[in-house]
Amino acid sequence: MTVETQLPYDKDYLMQYSERRKEPQWFRDVRLNAIETAENLAMPKLEKTRLKNWNFTNFKHDVSGEAVQKFEELPEKIRVLLGEKSTSENLIIVRNNDVAHASLSPELQDKGVVFKDIFTAMNENEDLVKKYFMQDGVSVDEHKLTARHAALLNSGVFLYVPKNVKVEEPIQIVFWQEDPEAALFNHVLLVADQHSEVTYLENYVSENKNEEAVANIVSEVFALDGANVSYGAVDNFEKGTTTYVNRRGVAQRDATIEWALGQMNDGNTISDNVTYLMGDNSYSYAKAVSVGRGDQKQDFTAKIVHYGKESEGYILQHGVMKDNATSIFNGIGKIEHGATKANAEQESRVLMLDQGSRGDANPILLIDEDDVTAGHAASVGRVDPIQLYYLMSRGISQQEAERLVIHGFLSPVVREIPIETVQAQLREVIEGKVY
Amino acid sequence: MAGSTLEIKDLHVEIEGLEILKGVNLTIKGGEFHAVMGPNGTGKSTLASAVMGHPKYEVTKGSILLDGEDVLEMEVDERAQAGLFLAMQYPSEISGVTTSDFLRSSINSLREEGDEIPLMQFIKKMDETMDYLEIDKNMAQRYLNEGFSGGEKKRNEILQLMMLEPAMAILDEIDSGLDIDALKVVSKGINKMRNEEFGCLIITHYQRLLDYITPDHVHVMMQGRVVKSGGPELAERLEAEGYDWIKEELGIEDETIGQNA
Ligand SMILES: Nc1ncnc2c1ncn2[C@@H]1O[C@H](COP(=O)(O)OP(=O)(O)OP(=O)(O)O)[C@@H](O)[C@H]1O
Ligand SMILES: [Mg+2]
Repeated sequence: MTVETQLPYDKDYLMQYSERRKEPQWFRDVRLNAIETAENLAMPKLEKTRLKNWNFTNFKHDVSGEAVQKFEELPEKIRVLLGEKSTSENLIIVRNNDVAHASLSPELQDKGVVFKDIFTAMNENEDLVKKYFMQDGVSVDEHKLTARHAALLNSGVFLYVPKNVKVEEPIQIVFWQEDPEAALFNHVLLVADQHSEVTYLENYVSENKNEEAVANIVSEVFALDGANVSYGAVDNFEKGTTTYVNRRGVAQRDATIEWALGQMNDGNTISDNVTYLMGDNSYSYAKAVSVGRGDQKQDFTAKIVHYGKESEGYILQHGVMKDNATSIFNGIGKIEHGATKANAEQESRVLMLDQGSRGDANPILLIDEDDVTAGHAASVGRVDPIQLYYLMSRGISQQEAERLVIHGFLSPVVREIPIETVQAQLREVIEGKVY
Repeated sequence: MAGSTLEIKDLHVEIEGLEILKGVNLTIKGGEFHAVMGPNGTGKSTLASAVMGHPKYEVTKGSILLDGEDVLEMEVDERAQAGLFLAMQYPSEISGVTTSDFLRSSINSLREEGDEIPLMQFIKKMDETMDYLEIDKNMAQRYLNEGFSGGEKKRNEILQLMMLEPAMAILDEIDSGLDIDALKVVSKGINKMRNEEFGCLIITHYQRLLDYITPDHVHVMMQGRVVKSGGPELAERLEAEGYDWIKEELGIEDETIGQNA
């Protein structure tokens, strides 16, 4: 199997699929153009990760999911993600490719907040979706995977927060791939209008320890002038899912975008997180933690591009690699000409636990302006046997000592994560992955 | 017989192919306090590390027994579970792990499964012990040894000793870097451990610690061996006269480990 294998989905199939989804014509055109474009584009270029033998073509594209009647029926692994949110307010659960539950509090509805699946939004909020969908954030023709994303989109959410509206409670969405072969071509479109505020949290869960599937996710976040967006994600796909996830933010004047990413997939993963600081005095802080295990290969990029004057971008990523897991952590701070007084800081740290694990941190600063500040710190190291000896000399088993060291290594990021639910979920997921 | 017995017989230890200990013999019984003294680089820390199972130290000959059980067959955590404790000369810093979480894990690992220490009981014991050692309460929530001053690290080692209550402890230069007040507090902690059961080996350079903690036996190490043993008066003489008289007595010119007697 090579990555160039053709998809078993053609224009006819997409036409029918689009009709069944009752999509507007413009979106049908997006799909049909994209499937053609995809054929001619190359896979994304990764400096240090080879995509040979990664599964991008073997999956089921159209899988329905039943509505959730009672929360008690949900499996434990989904229920723990909801935490206190059993009131089911401001929550969407996507099961396979269908919305199984959707709720938005009457207060937020009254304020004009929109939180609904992307197919409904294409019709009901057509202007907004059309304006932002794969225009100024991610483009359809960046590479083969972005084009395939647009062509095969089978899930998605649209969140819009109107001007000056401050949403206090986190808005949450759970993507539950219950069918082990179901693919997820998921699009998250988040528009925070001027001076609005929102905290958004997403969870990805799958059930395929053995079966193969594909996740191709694009998130686009627009923080207009003065808006504050806090975006939390815990990716937890099982081993069988090959993931491409691209989360991109665009921050206008005085806007902030904070990312808190738990990159906890068990399968091969490309995770790209890029923020464009367009406006003066815009700000972004990207925090990410990862645990790799088994034979998985992962390529993580956190990148912040400064256009605005006095824009500030911070990247903090820590990863632990176990077993034979391999990962690359790219940290890129780019300051464009004219972005005077910009500040780009980044820190990437990787801890390798086992002989077979590999980690690589590439800090990159690309600066086209003189009047700026920038800095980076990166380290890749193996767990210190003397530390383990010290812990074990107090009776703690080697496994428990490693567990403490891993939690300790990730904790400087975890405890900095602004969304408490994400913190708690991450601790939980890390715990599950350490053994 | 009260307490445990640690028997070190003809112990030879190498680090990276270099022989450091060249036949150490030492027996410590429950209820006894032993002091080991000796010039720098004569193998004192090596002895302590070999007993605890430091990964860099290889025992090439001899035996270590705790109540007749072969310590050398045990993993490091098993040695602790068997009752051994080592307050290290240079404790590791563990980032991201609080002193309190670490100690609770330790205590629980020394107890039977299903018999974990109740949280309230743990907190109470931790509070009391920290008070006793005049340790700032914030330390419980600070990361283990990270950014601790030299003296704080030593106090923390004694905090661990008192919380874990081992049968047999080795304290490697627990007095180094302590100011006078801290020395008193640490000594007070160690003395509180003293009973008929508890055995202790104190590695030190200075009589001033032994002024507070009177040892039953004093040993001098040179060239990777115990070259002289005696009572508390031996430590006093060393304080007054240094090591030259022993070297003369035994015909040793260079006391470090590279040399042979
Ligand atoms: N990793 C190593 N490689 C080579 N030699 C070593 C290593 N570690 C220790 N040594 C040597 O072993 C000898 C004994 O060291 P040890 O730490 O046991 O001495 P000590 O008696 O505790 O000294 P001090 O009083 O200074 O603490 C020293 O000469 C030291 O340099
Ligand atoms: Mg020493």
